[in-house]
Amino acid sequence: MRPFDYVRAEDTGSATEAARGGATFIAGGTNLLDLMKLEVMAPDRLVDITRLDLGAIERTEVGGLRIGALVTNADLAAHGTVRRNYPVLSRALLAGASGQLRNKATTGGNLLQRTRCHYFYDTSQSCNKREPGSGCAALGGINRIHAILGASEHCIATHPSDMAVALLALDAEVETETADGARRMRPLADLHRLPGDAPDRETVLADGELITAVVLPSAPRGHQAYRKARDRASYAFALVSLASVVAVENGRIARASLAFGGLAPKPWRDPEVEATLIGEVPSEELFDRAADVLLREAKGHGHNDFKIPLTRRVLKAALREAAGMEKPA
Amino acid sequence: MTTQFKMDAPQRPLLDRTEQGVIHRPLDRPEGPLKVSGRAHYAAERQLPGQVEGVLVRATIARGRLAGMNAEEVRAMPGVLGVFSDERFLRNPAQGGAGEAPVQGVREIFYHGQPIALVVAETLEQARHAAANLRPSYEEAEAQVDPATASDVDRPDKRRLDQGDLDRAMAEARASVDVTYTTPPHHSAAMELHASVASWEGERLTLHGSYQMLKYNKAELADSLGIPEENVRVLSPFVGGGFGSKLGISPEAVAAAIAARDLGRPVRVVMTRQQVFSMVTHRTSTRQRIRLAADEEGRLTGIGHEDRVYNLPDEVFSEPTTQSTHFLYAGANRRLGQEVARVNRACTGSVRAPGEAVGMLALEGAMDELARVLHMDPIDLRRRNIPDRHPEQDIPYSARRLADCMDQGARAFGWSPGSRREGEWLVGQGMAAAARINMVAPSEARVTLRGDGTALVETDMTDIGTGTYAILGQIAGEMLGLPVASVDVRLGDTDLPPAAGSGGSHGASSAGSSVFLACQGLRATLAERLGCEAEDLTLKDGVATGGNFRADLVDLLSGGDLSEEGKFEPGETADDASQAGYGAFFAEVAVNRITGETRVLRMLGTFAAGRILNEKTARSQCQGGMIWGIGAALTEELSFDPRDGHAVNDDLAEYHLPVNADCPPIEVHFLDERDEMSCPIQTKGVGELGISGAGAAVLNAIFDATGIRVRDYPATLDKVLAGLPD
Repeated sequence: MRPFDYVRAEDTGSATEAARGGATFIAGGTNLLDLMKLEVMAPDRLVDITRLDLGAIERTEVGGLRIGALVTNADLAAHGTVRRNYPVLSRALLAGASGQLRNKATTGGNLLQRTRCHYFYDTSQSCNKREPGSGCAALGGINRIHAILGASEHCIATHPSDMAVALLALDAEVETETADGARRMRPLADLHRLPGDAPDRETVLADGELITAVVLPSAPRGHQAYRKARDRASYAFALVSLASVVAVENGRIARASLAFGGLAPKPWRDPEVEATLIGEVPSEELFDRAADVLLREAKGHGHNDFKIPLTRRVLKAALREAAGMEKPA
Repeated sequence: MTTQFKMDAPQRPLLDRTEQGVIHRPLDRPEGPLKVSGRAHYAAERQLPGQVEGVLVRATIARGRLAGMNAEEVRAMPGVLGVFSDERFLRNPAQGGAGEAPVQGVREIFYHGQPIALVVAETLEQARHAAANLRPSYEEAEAQVDPATASDVDRPDKRRLDQGDLDRAMAEARASVDVTYTTPPHHSAAMELHASVASWEGERLTLHGSYQMLKYNKAELADSLGIPEENVRVLSPFVGGGFGSKLGISPEAVAAAIAARDLGRPVRVVMTRQQVFSMVTHRTSTRQRIRLAADEEGRLTGIGHEDRVYNLPDEVFSEPTTQSTHFLYAGANRRLGQEVARVNRACTGSVRAPGEAVGMLALEGAMDELARVLHMDPIDLRRRNIPDRHPEQDIPYSARRLADCMDQGARAFGWSPGSRREGEWLVGQGMAAAARINMVAPSEARVTLRGDGTALVETDMTDIGTGTYAILGQIAGEMLGLPVASVDVRLGDTDLPPAAGSGGSHGASSAGSSVFLACQGLRATLAERLGCEAEDLTLKDGVATGGNFRADLVDLLSGGDLSEEGKFEPGETADDASQAGYGAFFAEVAVNRITGETRVLRMLGTFAAGRILNEKTARSQCQGGMIWGIGAALTEELSFDPRDGHAVNDDLAEYHLPVNADCPPIEVHFLDERDEMSCPIQTKGVGELGISGAGAAVLNAIFDATGIRVRDYPATLDKVLAGLPD
């Protein structure tokens, strides 16, 4: 571990101020500390935000929910309103990590966790995300867990979060405070960047900008579900996950918020898929068409080719479930 | 005095005539409270005065020469005491029972991950940071990292058997299968990281390490360092899991000893989890072609089992994949053989049940396939092929209750294969036989009856989480008529009599026999003091009776200690009979029709492995083995990069051991058995039996549920998905 400075912030103003110039915020540290021990991340300065007053879950004026950035994954999953109005979020959280990790990991930190790409964690390997310009060893390497959508020739890593996938399906917004004290709201969909030619830049957050909360709109209509296909029953990242909020009204699909994990460098939601579905009568053919749209640019890298048919199956199963249809034999 | 015994003839079960009644009972392990309260100190927890920290540095090329490194620069970093890169460093650990140094040297690089330097600093953080800044330079050479295409391939004679005419048997068979199974590399992934604390007093080295076979480890360490064996003491009183990965001395011990000598301070070296995945031995992948030829009634007329495994150049170990195929089933025409590809990958060696753990995955899958071809119940097929005599050596079998295990297991499980649907899930059942060769090894122990009527058992035997403390106390308590609370057991110190060590499931039988023999010697002395024949002596609760005499043990001891050494040696019975533990596995699984994910719903194992010394620790061993079976069947695969051969998924987040949620209720039953050919206490190995075939029951159940035959372990969802209808 490289020597580093440590600053304990007392309020958001001092936190963002202290973070200017490339410092890293630390809350639960469930991902950051591992990366620092491996010297995959080597921040000069850590700004500890755990004393900040960001631990509340509150109703918003418009009937939504404001989740403080320091709310732990465990507390969020167990929260009554979340379980009642946003069950997909609760289920996604409980499908992730382990009990111990969920007790430490925070809402803001979860959004910013780094990829699980093996080559990112191994400093003997080339990785454009860790060391820009060094190359991507996952291309041509073991890439079973890697992306089929949104990747680039510079990086095929996936975003590992379950929570973020559910938040995306719920149309969450991310509230931040910048180093000059300004508050910003952004749709979660706009938080993460695709790798392009700069996979080291994973979000649009500015230097010193701190996530202070995640805000959910009022409870959505429709059937909420979280499906996660993975390599073991617990403590495994998603190969494919799908958070769905689907409403069928008068025999037609009225809402189809579909966010995917395990497929892409960011939680993945494709408006064209939803446009394909909305207003239509549910059918196997329609679901296949939606899957065709979703996967139109999907690209496997060898070991992860299976994610393409798997995604189609998971999508269709979720839509069938929401529409009350049976899988044909 | 020493009671010596060589196992040349069957032994009558004295332990069935003793009266203390502690053998077989499911007693708690005596060291359990120490472990759960943090008072059992493991190697990495040693803190000696002046101790400093070493961090190993690994090669980052697959093949070539170490040209140099920026050692001077690193030596100048804060806290750094030394940078060591020494030709005595181990390329890889010694193989189990080697008793001599493995391949040594840092200049020639054989695999990505080979230890090439040790950086020592005052604190762990300083050492780790300095180690990360050590930049070796290399002259790279061409490497071969893929066992499938490696050009250097050995075909060991000892693995070759050609009996009769298998090709003809296949051609004439009424039913046959000719299938190829593959298993991936596995890692033991013991919870405790490999760790050593080395300290010197003059010429004498003391090593607190985490090792399974101390008398060999002491010899290996001495040989690696070029010092006399008598100057080395190794201590491993507690080991947090070994599974073969701690059989032989490994790189951290030798590096710690070299640095400690030079610095004149104790040095601790703890491997990181990532280092464990590359620096200690793992299990090879296997490619196994199985051929089974049968007549119309399912009687085997031929068996073929040929495999390809890999290891580093110059390693003599190769996975004995076909070990149980030699004796498990009948069939006059037999062909077994092996290819060992020489590759630039981390070293392979013994991992829990070397041979059977993977060989049985293929053999028992193929037997299931043959049963389907024949439209036979898989238990009937197996029962029909239990040979009267060893099909290759023409010797009898010792105790063997395979058929009973299958029948009683089937009853207890509610064996009723046939797919059914439960929502999104397809449910089915599968079974497989269990078989694991039985071995014993030389082992010594000292048992002292103390004047106060308590006893002390001493041996350099290890307890790697298996229950050695418990069972040795039970054997001594039973033989000496003492409650187990009156027996102290000291283990894991090479200053004590040398034992077999923990490996090959031979520990309980071998070390247990040495304790038994020492107690026999003590009983003879006590009988003499009491005035009766040894056969007539009864010891119970501290009282000796025999003939017409009766005395308290403490009175017979009259305040003095009575000490006896027991020395056990394998003998002719090892060759006179085919010895193995047997059993049967049953699994019920659910396969998701959407995703192809498999969950084991329940599992049962019935085993016959001679006398069971402690029904609780033995059951834990078998449950653990069956969980390994679930891992082999569904989740575990160590991946190596196709270009530089480095271990890719080298942490516990990405090397998928089964977690609790993967483990269903697992039932274990033992059948009553004594194996008089095995050893004087009629036991056989248990620790590895529970894994030997377990995973095949799971994959056979997947077939039952879905009709999909996965032959490429593990059955991850992608392999099942490929066979599921849209």
